[in-house]
Formats: sequence, structure tokens, C-alpha cells
Amino acid sequence: MKIRREEVEHVALLARLRLTEEEKDMFARQLSQILDHIAQLNRYETVKVEPTTTVTGQVNVFRDDTVCPSLLVEQALANAPERVGDGFHVPKIIDERSMPA
Amino acid sequence: MALHKLTLYELQRKFTAGEVSAAEIVHAYGLRIAQVEQKVRAFVTQTKDQAMAQAEALDRRLKQWRKTKPLMGMPLAIKDNICTEGVPTTCSSRMLQNFVPPYDATVVAKLRKQEYLLIGKTNLDEFAMGSSTEHSAFGPSRNPWNLQCVPGGSSGGSAAAVAADECVAALGSDTGGSIRQPAAFCGVVGLKPTYGRVSRYGLVAFASSLDQIGPITKDVRDAAWLLNVIAGHDPLDSTSADVPVPDYTKVLAKKHLKNVRVGVPREFFTEGLDADVERAVNDAIRELKNLGGEIKDIELPRTDAAVAVYYVLATAEASSNLARFDGVKFGLRAKETKDLLDLYMKTRQEGFGPEVKRRIMLGTYVLSAGYYDAYYGKAQAVRTLIRQDFETAFSEVDVIVTPATPTPAFKLGEKSDNPLQMYLSDIFTISVNLAGLPAIALPCGMSKTGLPIGMQVIGRPFEEETILQVAHAYEHTTQWHLKKPPIR
Repeated sequence: MKIRREEVEHVALLARLRLTEEEKDMFARQLSQILDHIAQLNRYETVKVEPTTTVTGQVNVFRDDTVCPSLLVEQALANAPERVGDGFHVPKIIDERSMPA
Repeated sequence: MALHKLTLYELQRKFTAGEVSAAEIVHAYGLRIAQVEQKVRAFVTQTKDQAMAQAEALDRRLKQWRKTKPLMGMPLAIKDNICTEGVPTTCSSRMLQNFVPPYDATVVAKLRKQEYLLIGKTNLDEFAMGSSTEHSAFGPSRNPWNLQCVPGGSSGGSAAAVAADECVAALGSDTGGSIRQPAAFCGVVGLKPTYGRVSRYGLVAFASSLDQIGPITKDVRDAAWLLNVIAGHDPLDSTSADVPVPDYTKVLAKKHLKNVRVGVPREFFTEGLDADVERAVNDAIRELKNLGGEIKDIELPRTDAAVAVYYVLATAEASSNLARFDGVKFGLRAKETKDLLDLYMKTRQEGFGPEVKRRIMLGTYVLSAGYYDAYYGKAQAVRTLIRQDFETAFSEVDVIVTPATPTPAFKLGEKSDNPLQMYLSDIFTISVNLAGLPAIALPCGMSKTGLPIGMQVIGRPFEEETILQVAHAYEHTTQWHLKKPPIR
């Protein structure tokens, strides 16, 4: 399996990772090598095999919908890189030009 | 005997009897850390001063009313991907370099209830991704037996700290061998519990269907004591199992293995297995036979697929789990970004190291449109086959014994340029996580080069008692666990 540079760039965008040019070349090479190793899984016939998603056998785990103590606002914001009032500050998400008139 | 050389059990007895105070214990460990830590570099954060303050308060209180608990006053180290309220939890990543958790992981809350003493947070491969601690953003830890060698990983700091007597015991986490492999490399005991036996709440998630927290200790008895405290159902972790927790120290009384069937999978004794490791583990199997165990050859035919399955599933889960590190609510935020997408991409570029990026890339790739069935679906199906192999084997035997690692500790830098080589060093431990089974690694010999060798004992789900019994019976008749590294 040969991974092309454009595929690396596409996957990096999906993963929200900016890569340097060297990293793109390196990952193209290393991911190809690792995927070659992973290709050995095709030796196993799995048409009738149920996939394992969890080993516990649990299906749904519910709890009562009751209010319990949780983090205080100040605790939750203590690690915020930037805050405004009682919120996390982020760059503008919606461009004014894209707003309906 | 110097206090830092004692096991958890021995130290606890001295403390309970009033022969030694908590402050004296912390003082002894402080001296030991000052003596060796510069060489070993096991810790990311040291908390000796807080431990001393707690110890003194504990001593004052105990003067009036002496009632102790199994971990009271015991200086423990905790892997730095397990949240400790008010104490930085970095995952050895720039992303979380300044992160101070506002809450305790459930395991830490349980230790705190016992009034343990946190002596420090230990180094790991960034976000627990690695087998050597060389992927730590803060530099690698060293193997106390040979400072040129890695301590293993990802819980390398915890294993090195226990081996170098910088703490009495430690917690690690194990996704594909991250407790057992470093324990084997450092000549200590490491136990990965059954998936669901110990709460994962507050463990920074790597691969949620595989991660488990477990003890790293100086001997098997200590592992049982520590497991007693951390095991059990937790409403805060919906994958933790509502299964009763036995007293794991009870089985330590049995010193023989009559009626225990020991399976030996021939797939684990093939090319690539170091000659010293093969000899040591075969000697250990003979010892288990002398103790009354019935040795049986078994097959685990899909063993060679485990690494491939693991690197699809673990990276897929990691790519999803690590999406939370976006520079918004906690952790690093890149400066001077032009919009939200730029903020995400630059923050993650600056915050993650190469191995974490590699795994996020691989995981994103195998989950992406067009590849999901070929990789992720396929790996989930082969995972089922690997589980079935174990189920078949455990219908004939009670435990499975294997080498814990194909070789003793390797040299720093030896595998760091070749990710696939590094991944293959976990070949004996990974299938256990895929099947969700409990397993313990314990010392069973020394290589000609003076490095410890570990064997692995695997059990059925929730049969930690059986693997502890086998491991303890073996330990009781041998001396390997008493060997100390030459570091001074």
C-alpha cells in the first residue's frame, strides 16, 4: 500500500493537524510501511465473523437522570487558555459576510 | 535495612506497628530520590514537599488515635496520564504541560481515602504511545539496571521509579503492554487487570476499549495489596464491571500449584525470541511444574495478527479521543491564529510530538471514507478471532505462561527511527489487551548482559486471583524479585 503525499495532506486536514513538508514525506513513507504490515490481516477469512467492539458484553449502561454535584464554573475555567466572563474565548466562528442579510 | 528497599507490605507493617513514622518514610525516599533521580529521570513532577506536609499531619493525628489502613503513609508514584487534583498531569506532552486537573481520577480518590502519599508523577511516552519513554516531550527515563537502556514504556517512569526504590509502588496504565513490558525491562512486577476491573475515570484516554490502570510493584504480594484498593465498579466509568472484588491477598497463602493447568503457547517461542529470554522462561515453566502445576502445550494461532489489529484499533480510537485537544477549553493554545480552523491546526501541530501525530494520522486514515471496512472493520473481526483463540485455550488450561517481551531492555535510540520495529516489540503483550484479559509480568531471570527478564502469566476474565496465585507461588521459591539494580 503506497500512500501518496496528497493523501497525507487530506488525512492531516481531517485530523486537524498542520504538517511540515518533511513530516508529509516522512508520514507518507512510514504509513505505507505500517499499512503493508497491516495488510496481513487479509490472510484471515472474516466474512462470517462478528466484529468485536467491546469485550465486556455490556450494551447500554443507564443511570437515573438526577442532578449530582459537578465542577464549579471557576474549576471548569481554571485551565482555559483564554476566557471571557464565564465562557471560553475562541476566534470568531461565523464570518459577517456569511450571515443572512 | 534502609526503608526505601522495603516492599509495600513490609513498610506498611513497620508503619502500623509504630516502628517508623510517615515523616521518616518520606525523608528516606527524599534522600533516595536525591541520590538517583538525576540518572534515572523517572519523574515529570516531584511532590516530596506536599508528601512531607501530609506525612507530618498524619503522624500528629496518629499520636492521638492509632488506626491505620493498608496504604496509609505509603509513598506512591503515579503515571502522569492519571489525573491528580491540584497536581499537574502532563501526559508527557507539550499539549498538557501546564494542565492542572480540577478533579482526581477514581483510582487516585481511592488511594487518597487510604491516606497514601503522592511522591511524584512519572514519565511516559507522550499520551502513553510508545514502548520506551523516548516519545516523552520531556526526555526519556533510563533503565536503573543499565542507564544506556530504555526502561520500557509507556509506563517506563513508574517501572524505573519502583526498580530504583524511588517509591514503594506505583500505578501505570496498559493499552498494549504499557505496564507489563516496562515491568519486565526493569525487573519489577506489573499487573494489567481484566478490562473493566479498575475504573478508567480520570485516566487520559488513549484507546478506550483497551486501556486499564494497574499496579507496578516490588513483588507479587504488593500487587495484590494495591489491586485490592483500586479494583471495583465505578458509576463514573460505564465500562467498569459490576463484579464483586475478592480479597486478592487471600490466595497468597497457597504455595503450591496442584490442580492448576498451565498452558504454554508454542507461537510465543519462535524466531526473534532472545536466547536468554527463552532459557529463563523455560526454566520458570519447569519451576511451575515442580510446584505441582500441570504443563500443557496450547495453540494461539492468530497471535501474529495481534500487532496489526492493535495498530488499527488503538490508533483509530486514539484519533477520536485526541480530537478533544483543540486549544479551546484546556491545554495548549497556539498564538496568532487567524480563524478557528487555523487555531485547531496550529495548536495540534505545536502540542503533539511525532509519534502522537503518526498515530493520529494512521487512525484517521483507517477510519476515513473508503477505508473503514478494509481496515477498521477487518481489524475488529480479527480481534474476535484472537479472543476465540484464548477462549479455546482457556477451556483446557487455567493460566497461560509466556515471555513478557521478546528481548530484554533495548538501548536508547536503537528503535526510535523505525516505528514498526518499535511496535513489534509489544508482540507478546498486545493480544491480552485485545481479549480484555488480566495478566501479570514478573521477574524470572537475568540476561548475560545483566538485564532483567520477565515472564507473563495470563488468566481468564476476572480471575486475577489465579494469576496472582501462580505468580506468587513461583516468586516464593525463587529469588529474582529480590535482585536490586546496581544504581547508587
